[in-house]
Amino acid sequence: MDWLTTVDHKKIGILYLLAGGFFFLVGGMEAILIRIQLWKPLNDFVSADTYNELLTMHGTTMIFLAAMPMLFALMNAVIPLQIGARDVAFPFLNSLGFWTFFFGGVLLNVSWFTGGAPDAGWTSYVPLASPAYSADYGVDYYVIGLQIAGIGTLIGGINFLVTIINMRAPGMTFMRMPMFTWAIFVTSALILFAFPALTVGLVALMFDRLFQANFFNVTNGGNTVLWEHIFWIFGHPEVYILILPAFGVISEVISTFSRKRLFGYSSMVFATVLIGFLGFMVWAHHMFTAGLGPVANALFSIATMLIAVPTGIKIFNWLFTMWGGSIKFTSANLFAVGFVPTFVMGGVTGVMLAAAPADFQYHDSYFVVAHFHYVIVGGLILGIFSGLHYWWPKMFGKMLNEFLGKLTFWTFFIGFHMTFLIQHFLGLMGMPRRIYTYLDGIGFNEMNLISTIGAFLMGLGTIFFIVNIIVTAVSGKKASNDPWEDGRTLEWTIPSPAPEYNFKQTPLVRGYDAFWKEKMDGNKEMTPAEPIGPIHMPSPSILPLFMSIGLFIAGFGFMYHKYIIGAAGLGITFLCMLIRSLKDDHGFHIEPEELQDKGVKA
Amino acid sequence: MSAHTHADGHLPHEPEKATLEGRNKVLGFWLFLGGETVLFGTLFSAFLALRDKVGEGNPTANELFNLSTVAIATFILLTSSLTSVFAIQAMHAGKKVPMLWWLAITVLFGLGFLGLEIYEFYEYVHEGHGFTTSAFSSSFYTLVGFHGAHVAFGVLWISILIGQVLKKGLNVVTAPKLYVAGMYWHFIDVVWVFIFTVVYLMGKVG
Amino acid sequence: MMNRWNVGKRLLPLFAGIVLLLSACGRADLSTLNPQGPVAEEQFGLMKLAITIMIFVVIIVFAISLYVIVRFRRRPGDNKIPVQVEGNHKLEIIWTVIPLILLVILAVPTVNSVFGLAKDYSKDKDAIKVEVTSHQFWWEFYYPEYDIRTAQELVIPTGKKIAISAKSGDVMHAFWIPSLAGKIDTNSGAADANGTANTNKMYFEAPKAGVYLGKCAELCGPSHALMDFKVKAVDEASFENWKAALKAPVALPSDPAIKDSLVSNCLSCHAIGDQGGLSFPNLTDIGSRLTVGGILVNTDNAKYKNEGTVEENLKRWIEDPQAVKPGALMPKVELSEQELDGIAKYLAGLKIDYEK
Repeated sequence: MDWLTTVDHKKIGILYLLAGGFFFLVGGMEAILIRIQLWKPLNDFVSADTYNELLTMHGTTMIFLAAMPMLFALMNAVIPLQIGARDVAFPFLNSLGFWTFFFGGVLLNVSWFTGGAPDAGWTSYVPLASPAYSADYGVDYYVIGLQIAGIGTLIGGINFLVTIINMRAPGMTFMRMPMFTWAIFVTSALILFAFPALTVGLVALMFDRLFQANFFNVTNGGNTVLWEHIFWIFGHPEVYILILPAFGVISEVISTFSRKRLFGYSSMVFATVLIGFLGFMVWAHHMFTAGLGPVANALFSIATMLIAVPTGIKIFNWLFTMWGGSIKFTSANLFAVGFVPTFVMGGVTGVMLAAAPADFQYHDSYFVVAHFHYVIVGGLILGIFSGLHYWWPKMFGKMLNEFLGKLTFWTFFIGFHMTFLIQHFLGLMGMPRRIYTYLDGIGFNEMNLISTIGAFLMGLGTIFFIVNIIVTAVSGKKASNDPWEDGRTLEWTIPSPAPEYNFKQTPLVRGYDAFWKEKMDGNKEMTPAEPIGPIHMPSPSILPLFMSIGLFIAGFGFMYHKYIIGAAGLGITFLCMLIRSLKDDHGFHIEPEELQDKGVKA
Repeated sequence: MSAHTHADGHLPHEPEKATLEGRNKVLGFWLFLGGETVLFGTLFSAFLALRDKVGEGNPTANELFNLSTVAIATFILLTSSLTSVFAIQAMHAGKKVPMLWWLAITVLFGLGFLGLEIYEFYEYVHEGHGFTTSAFSSSFYTLVGFHGAHVAFGVLWISILIGQVLKKGLNVVTAPKLYVAGMYWHFIDVVWVFIFTVVYLMGKVG
Repeated sequence: MMNRWNVGKRLLPLFAGIVLLLSACGRADLSTLNPQGPVAEEQFGLMKLAITIMIFVVIIVFAISLYVIVRFRRRPGDNKIPVQVEGNHKLEIIWTVIPLILLVILAVPTVNSVFGLAKDYSKDKDAIKVEVTSHQFWWEFYYPEYDIRTAQELVIPTGKKIAISAKSGDVMHAFWIPSLAGKIDTNSGAADANGTANTNKMYFEAPKAGVYLGKCAELCGPSHALMDFKVKAVDEASFENWKAALKAPVALPSDPAIKDSLVSNCLSCHAIGDQGGLSFPNLTDIGSRLTVGGILVNTDNAKYKNEGTVEENLKRWIEDPQAVKPGALMPKVELSEQELDGIAKYLAGLKIDYEK
């Protein structure tokens, strides 16, 4: 019950991890089924229709329901602790963000059971996704499920922006923030400015599908390329939303386990901001073959190539952080160090793709599939694994098993390269993407088989991680405040798991790597910035859950043209908003006597 | 989270910023408006892309739009923005009753704007310009309709806030709510200025 | 356990990749790495330039990574705190400027090619103009200069610029002949005031005679994977023969029962010669095409599941189009055994002999 009403960022982080982890397994299963279908030519393991549903749901689930929530898990678990705050700026909205994501994801996946999942790709291009060519409900689930889940993401973005701007501990200027916090700050800005564009696109497609609007109906003057523009104006920043937090994790982990401060901190901050900014300038590199003309293609080619520069700056700064350090290869650090060359491989194929005339060959082939899996899986997922191994003790109070962690790393890492390196060649040799089968005798057989075997290895790696979680929950080693012994940032100054109120006394920050600075000055703890006193906490609430259920119900109502149900669902949501506005929530206080350093029970 | 209450019971000068929650709310709302700007910006882009796709035999923008009605609606909305400024000024001066009156007038003007817009849409539908008529019409109703929905939400919101202040009074908890509602109202006013220019004026000019 | 083994494990995929790259350039009729025409060659040149620059970057990053992992690994018992280095201004400048220079080296030929390959040959009198219309799940080719409409096989003369103007009749597809040129999307849209629909233009050229494999490269429904087409480049004389042969009158089946069945069941949608419907694949020379339905390969030496003689393939297709291509718009036509045999035999005989 506590978990349904919590507004505590630490618990919400765990909820995001559980839900995101669950959807990661769903998306992973979809990937395995895809690879089984492709292991040999003209296979009939799944039908063409089912295959298109699998590829659509794999992409949509992994990006929106697995990767982003797991990033939100880390954001929630870590950011308030890293800046010395007791919670995020809007705890109620934080909970609402989780529940809307959760119900949006459930809605999307219900489609499997009600006659068909969306099957027009995660990019849902029109006219394929329009009512004329996708007459069943699949794309409706996509359009509505993502709108609901998208609300959650937008809320989260605003929440973390305000938290980071307004709630840093005394002495923590912007240029003393940990790199992970900077990464989340820029990411949140990207979320704020990218998701509304997606919302408009989804609304327009929904209007076309449900109410016979003509945004994308070419018979009545609609424009299908317009969908591409709207989608990719969101879609490109989205991939930077995915990767910047991973960059933040890498900065923390490499620095901590090299016992050295991050090399070139101000350059890193600058590079992060620049990547975020440039991310909005390159969307049409997904549309080089759409017929925008040579001037547009040339400009977007150059803009896309430019993003390689700040990214390269980051890579070199990580390498030089390790240079001269004392490197310990914990599981967390294995993932982080494995990230560097892998992400560079993905990044360089990105520069290759940026050259528009060459892209005319690569586009919509397995070369692109290889590229984005290298940066998303080889980048983001390795980053998430790293972050989870690193911050697990702070979230759950126990250390993940190191042997199992290394096993996870090696199986997943080798499986990953096996799956995707070879796909570059498949694409160059003429294999388009999103095909449910291929002919025999054209040279694709062996490479597809190798790729499928690699996928199973990745599955095995994931299983090792789950075993690790279970073993740790049952008999894991308890963690101290600073279990890695080299913690540099504020989250390592408090018990593991963090107590309900985070900091007994808000700390005083005297420099970058605030905790490390105190350690080097011979202090075991932070200097407090305030006396011990009663701590004000926000009250839990069941309203976010009900509001999300209301949206869930409304979604079904609109989709199946039962407008009474749709109105009822919206009514529940608005009623909860009204109750929230009218009822004053003054929170509660934890008195000094109760400050026993009791951690959050997971 | 310490509250600023002055010993003599007077409201602090900028009551919406007197508490951490208040400051968070104001900053959060500025950011939200940034997101809304992108939202309306995308709706405008879609409209601009599709504004020529009127379809055979359907009325064009030039034929449809009655600038005098739209001008009156514009005047009403702009004035309501001014009255909302007066309301916030009264709030900063700690004058609860004048603030409530200005808010009520704002709501009335908002309702007037909505009434005119509903009448306008009704006429258009009868002239053959319905939601499903063409790409132009779909994007027109979506853009202008979304704005209208925002006005309607604002009217409802401010009305409820008037009720809340009547019940709980003007303090550092209700002040941030009023302040962000004022910001919201200004925002939809600015959006309307763009709609008036891009949709109606440019539509008339062709 | 770490150091060299760790390093080796990460280098292994890279070396394997390079070996693969060198050994598997792919088929001459399908691979972008084995270009057979000037457009694909120019694009391949850009690919080679890009990968060379990128391999240089990758080697540097890998080398530094290897070095730091080996050299600075914490030895057991070592508890020293390393010197904390804030940064190095000179290094930051180096690894900003050098990548910028590398990008300029790539960007200049890129921009050149963007404009060069965008050249519009549709008004060029020496170019062969072809209007491509994509459908679910077949390709329509119309030569406006000769008023010839055909399907699935794009016959062209060698050594001439082919000016393609592509659009779609339904959803978005993409027209891709990897060994000859990069792809373009086919967009749908009604003609605007100028009469031009949302068409995309490209050109390519095939200096060598041969058959080049074409693929659809945009998800378009269930049979996206099966929407193959062919480009057949023949010498000029053969091309003239082909044009003439396609315009020659075509006899309908001699057997009146088969003829009636053909006319009522097939010609409402398909065209043979100057008879029949225009909205679906033209069947005038179907007997001499390389495939039936774009995907059933015609051969007397069937090796794979999708191969068979022309007649076998035709029967298989007509009997149940959905079984061959899920989602195909051709319905299952009600035909007796004899009708099916007769029609298949007749269609298999619609051969035109044009190659010298």
